Amino acid sequence: MKTKSHYIPFLALCILLLLSCKKDNFDAPKASLTGQLVYNGESIGLEYNKVNYELYQPGFGKTGPIGSTFTPEGGFSHLLFDGNYKLVIPAGQGPFLWKQTAAGKPDSIAVTLRGNTNINIEVRPYFMIRNPQLSYSAASVTATCRLEQIVTGVDAKTIERVTLYISKTRFADSQTNIATAQVAGTEITDLNTIVLKVTVPTLVPTQNYIFARIGVKFSGVDDMIFAPTIKLNL
Amino acid sequence: MILKNTNMKNKFILGIVTLLVFSVGCKKDSEYLNIKPTQVLGTDLAFSDPAQVLSILADLYTRQYDYPRLTEWPTVGDFNEAFYSENGRYNAYHGNSTWDFRGYQGPDFEGAPSYFWTPWNYKYIRELNLFMERCQLATALDEATKASYIAEARFLRASYYFTLTQFYGGVPLILTSLEFDGTDVTSLQVPRSKESEMYDFVIQEAQALKLILPSNSNTKARATRGAALAMESRAALYAASIAKYGATTPSVSLPGGEVGIPVGRANGYYEISLKASQEIISGSAGNYSLYKKQPSNLSENFAAIFYDKSQNTEVIWVDDYALKFKRHGFTQVNQPRFGAEEEEGGRINPSLNLVEAFEKLDNTFAPFATNDLAGNFIFYTNQQDIFAGRDARLAGTVIIPGSSFKSRPVDIWAGVQLTDGTVISGGERGAQKTLPGKTVPEQVLGFDGPISGIEFTAQTGFYIRKYQDPAIGSGQRGIGSAVWLVRYRYAEILLNAAEAAFELGQSGPAADYMNQVRVRAGLVIPLTPGEISFDRIVHERRVEFAFEGQYFYDLKRFRLAHQIFDGVALSKADLLSNIGKASKRSTQPYGLLPYKYYAPGSPNDGKWIYKVDLSNRVTASDNWQLGNYYSEIVPAILTRNPKLVKQPNQ
Repeated sequence: MKTKSHYIPFLALCILLLLSCKKDNFDAPKASLTGQLVYNGESIGLEYNKVNYELYQPGFGKTGPIGSTFTPEGGFSHLLFDGNYKLVIPAGQGPFLWKQTAAGKPDSIAVTLRGNTNINIEVRPYFMIRNPQLSYSAASVTATCRLEQIVTGVDAKTIERVTLYISKTRFADSQTNIATAQVAGTEITDLNTIVLKVTVPTLVPTQNYIFARIGVKFSGVDDMIFAPTIKLNL
Repeated sequence: MILKNTNMKNKFILGIVTLLVFSVGCKKDSEYLNIKPTQVLGTDLAFSDPAQVLSILADLYTRQYDYPRLTEWPTVGDFNEAFYSENGRYNAYHGNSTWDFRGYQGPDFEGAPSYFWTPWNYKYIRELNLFMERCQLATALDEATKASYIAEARFLRASYYFTLTQFYGGVPLILTSLEFDGTDVTSLQVPRSKESEMYDFVIQEAQALKLILPSNSNTKARATRGAALAMESRAALYAASIAKYGATTPSVSLPGGEVGIPVGRANGYYEISLKASQEIISGSAGNYSLYKKQPSNLSENFAAIFYDKSQNTEVIWVDDYALKFKRHGFTQVNQPRFGAEEEEGGRINPSLNLVEAFEKLDNTFAPFATNDLAGNFIFYTNQQDIFAGRDARLAGTVIIPGSSFKSRPVDIWAGVQLTDGTVISGGERGAQKTLPGKTVPEQVLGFDGPISGIEFTAQTGFYIRKYQDPAIGSGQRGIGSAVWLVRYRYAEILLNAAEAAFELGQSGPAADYMNQVRVRAGLVIPLTPGEISFDRIVHERRVEFAFEGQYFYDLKRFRLAHQIFDGVALSKADLLSNIGKASKRSTQPYGLLPYKYYAPGSPNDGKWIYKVDLSNRVTASDNWQLGNYYSEIVPAILTRNPKLVKQPNQ
């Protein structure tokens, strides 16, 4: 019994340490905020690491955004604390119109986060890519699609070019591609029949599949709109 | 007695000492920590001696922000004017299609991204303001010295605000030192001025300063009348072109005018610029003229503008260097790799995009003749022959194959071309292989490369010449180079005048100004007034000021960058056509590689052929976003000052 008393201070110290550890730490954020850009419920494809958005949580003194970029599928996700957030897409970002305040600044969407939340962000793209068809035959990829003008009037934009990207990875865009084919906007006579064809170059190292994607660039807009990426077996 | 008292005496002494210690140690409590630091000079001390004040001013001079700068070579050759031949740069520059809104530099040593386009040094501005205020109150300076020091600090402040405006558009214009009174922080939060107000401020300061600053064309490193006029000429020209060409990108503007200048103001600014340029040209600011010391070798003459510091009449204002005190390693990191003074060099490899833009002596543009119409190679006896009959500035800006640096020939050739079409080359500099029909291995490629992916070799077939120092030892780490960074030079004044005159509809004087610069480059057939066009002006500035940073600012103010870097891969056909057109695509840096032709018995044996080449390290096509025209104001700054408005498209 007497020997055991030696352990008491040690044991007390251990307990103290354990308790204080518990006390000092915050819980990690648990609520997941996910969302995607949609037009009438249809998702909008973008380029990797191009279109920014900003999340603000007002009420904590200094205001600074938690920012990131949308995925190529037009989605985003964050792990956050419960609270009230505001989501905004900065001016000039994205191949779409974002609603503005009377002062001409980008308006924000209020997001009330209580546990996991998924939101759809409704935007109006300048054009939509309809019915994209991609096929592989005889060492080349052929793409067809239709373009539908959504935004008309003063905010309307003209098509600068339509581009077909092929890539060895799922990131088939202007930054990572192995071959492209394009048609300038001025050469398009019929928006209902757009045909692009590109020869697949030698793949090093070889692989028996490639990814292909159609993108449309508008004049005076940085970011392109994309159709979904398609995997094609060679 | 003595022995007995020793103990007592010791105690007595000890007691006295203890008393002494306490009486000395115990200063008044409030005074105890009140000791003047010996390593900090107070304001009154710092301004007690003219030499001391001058050293403070010298420090203020060194803190100007230059982009590009010789101490950081990646600032010099971006925008596909060069290929970066260094491991670790391929990805950041040639595998990356964007610049980021802050001007992506690459990862720092810890892997975090670092940026080039974000000067925001209000500490420097505050210290300039403080310097002027304290200098005014100093009693140890005579009035003349005081006035000249204050004028110099004013010039530096205007110059720095000009730099900020080039990157950001309008920024808070703070002209006195601000003090925080401990309560109201909002009085220190200054909103952004309009972009036009920034340029107006710079122009007004320059106009005031040109009457105060000394008119001395031999002073290069300090503010002079010539420097003030040059700043006025450049600032007014930039404002004018932003007003005129900014109209082509309406989304790059802010409703409050912080970014963008109304198009109606263009002509007014062009007139101010032309007038300032003419004041320098007329000689009222000192004896400035084009550098023409070596009329027999125009290329060497052109290169010497940057390394000849004695009686250099061309240079107006520089960031000067002196060996042992302030030096840089630009030659060390860019010298031809073979026979270099260190085991490095060759980082900036000028691209074919730039090299082919140097026109022929008959004032026409043409790609280099590599193949005849039937597609057969054209053979050249000497490596330099393909570059013959071109603008002399080419060999003054670029080290071409077959030329020399520091009297030592470069050894640039990519391999041996056989008659059956195969190429024999190697994976190391100066590799040796046995050619068919021979028994002994021989050298099959140059000691300067090019070898794709091997750093420091001339991977585009070229090295940079401009700003390289021909002095012995300039390529050594322990010695370094003292070549100065030219901020303003007389050729720019001429081309500023040409541009302003052209925009004001005075093609005759415009042609006259531009031809002066062209004659110095060996282009002796004058351009007629009818031949002066926007393309010509943009082109002339690109080749005259290659690697001097003007290209970057020109692409921004002409709003050409998003057309040139449109994210579409540059095809070989596009590269070789439309040379000299201002909006020509340049998304990837190409090279022009020499090969030795091996055909024993044929008259072409041992002659040189050339091939246009795109390095396999170039995987991305550069894409300039509209948001790149004005640097991002980072969230940390926006948060500190809620009155700042964000940049457009960001």
